[in-house]
Amino acid sequence: MSSDDLQGLYQQLILDHYKNPHGRVTIESPTGESHQLNPTCGDEVTLSVRVTDGVVEAIGWEGHGCSISQASASLLSTLVESTTVDDAGVLLEEFRTAMRSRGTVELDEERFGDAIALNGVSRYVARVKCAMLPWVALEAALAG
Amino acid sequence: MTSTLSEAEVMVIRQDFPILSTTVNGRPLTYLDSGATSQKPTVVLDAERRFYEERNSAVHRGAHTLAALATEEFEDARETVARFVGASAEEIVWTSNATEGINLVAYALSNASTAGPEYAALALGPGDEIVVTELEHHANLIPWQQLAQRTGATLRFIPVDDDGALASHEGIITERTRVVAFSHVSNVLGVINPVASLVAAAHAVGAIVVLDACQSAPHLPLDLHALNVDFAVFSGHKMLAPTGIGVLYGRRELLNALPPFLTGGSMITTVTMESAAFLPAPQRFEAGTQRVSQAIALATAVDYLSAIGMDRVAAHGTAMSERLLAGLRGIEGVRVLGDFGDRVGLASFEVAGIHAHDVGQFLDDRGIAVRVGHHCAQPLHRRLGLTSSTRASGSIYTTEAEIDLFLQGVADSRTFFGVTS
Repeated sequence: MSSDDLQGLYQQLILDHYKNPHGRVTIESPTGESHQLNPTCGDEVTLSVRVTDGVVEAIGWEGHGCSISQASASLLSTLVESTTVDDAGVLLEEFRTAMRSRGTVELDEERFGDAIALNGVSRYVARVKCAMLPWVALEAALAG
Repeated sequence: MTSTLSEAEVMVIRQDFPILSTTVNGRPLTYLDSGATSQKPTVVLDAERRFYEERNSAVHRGAHTLAALATEEFEDARETVARFVGASAEEIVWTSNATEGINLVAYALSNASTAGPEYAALALGPGDEIVVTELEHHANLIPWQQLAQRTGATLRFIPVDDDGALASHEGIITERTRVVAFSHVSNVLGVINPVASLVAAAHAVGAIVVLDACQSAPHLPLDLHALNVDFAVFSGHKMLAPTGIGVLYGRRELLNALPPFLTGGSMITTVTMESAAFLPAPQRFEAGTQRVSQAIALATAVDYLSAIGMDRVAAHGTAMSERLLAGLRGIEGVRVLGDFGDRVGLASFEVAGIHAHDVGQFLDDRGIAVRVGHHCAQPLHRRLGLTSSTRASGSIYTTEAEIDLFLQGVADSRTFFGVTS
């Protein structure tokens, strides 16, 4: 038997995205790219974006790691594709706030859709960095 | 043959470790991360407290009674630890941990390269080679990379094969080799390395042997004189003692031939405004105020292990290892890293389709503490085609029931993450 908390952390949606990730592609002519590594566990994400006229026209990533980091990259790419750079920045801050909240702030379902499956992560302090890894890569890729 | 610890004996031992009666996530703690750090028995905790309550004062300084008593206990601790590893007290240098011990040797060797003709015999330079193995903990790799960079020497390594077994040292330990550094027991594989043949090869070419005994000192009878190594290091916190105390063993004549690493108070004879003369080892390597209560607590831990008997501790390790391996081999999709040879009670493995962090998280939910990640051995993991693994490591307080609970957890994780066929 597993606890409800564990079921909350590993929602089926996360395991599905882990096994069948979205956006795990190489994009043409990226305008920004970032490789992020979590040195304690070796999880890696390399994320590329192509921004045209302030819009994230294409996003792709490559990586390996735990189900949380990889599902987070997958969910991120579904959210950020076709948004403006400014909106992506707002999503990033909202996501960061929720992840660091130790379960006190939840992601808004209207804005985050399926990615609210990551809500359970914020109660596991050691795993927050897993969920954040692709988002940190996005932040750097958009800045670069 | 030495008898292992019975389940009943282990249950009695567990009474000495208060933390083992606590719960984690609503489950009784199953602590299988002793390879990272061991738990501490009450006698060790009491020893540290008693020192501060009854003996606290500066050692090797001052003539008052308390200082003399503290100094006596501090040096008695050195005697106790020396006896435990088959060495003499003057060959035991206190460090904060094994990492500091290895760095001490590496920096003393590079100091020898610049400290003048009296140290020339130990100096390293271009053309000289330092040999490590591909399965080392980062603590026994990076200090040697850095020493090579500082001195112009070349770092070479003995590779491991696809299973994690050490290849032959032939052609790697050569006339150019000056230092051979390797672990007694791999912290990832749990396999006991062939110390005798590596020491023989190193000494045949006049190289110094540095042994990382972190994973052997807590689990095996250790006789450093019999092993004939030149230096050895281990950490107290992995062998029932507090953090902050470790040991560097050095062969007496070699320690006294090395220039110091850290300099300052307590390690000198005569000091002028221009220069200083140094005390012989071990004081030469113990600059500044020492970790007195921790050293005394380490001696208490060593006495605790000795009272059980290291032969029996080792037999318990073998039994744990056999149970762990037999269980893991029986779980579909599990690959044990280094599934061969004589070993201690430690096993690392990967579960096909589940990242080590997720295995660890699943086990944690049941109160089972294991290590996940690269265990400070990235090159070995890379060689085995992995970035991380899960490691279960036991100690004298580990029961068969705990290992069975862990094995059931690993099997159940496959169902939970949907990787069963």
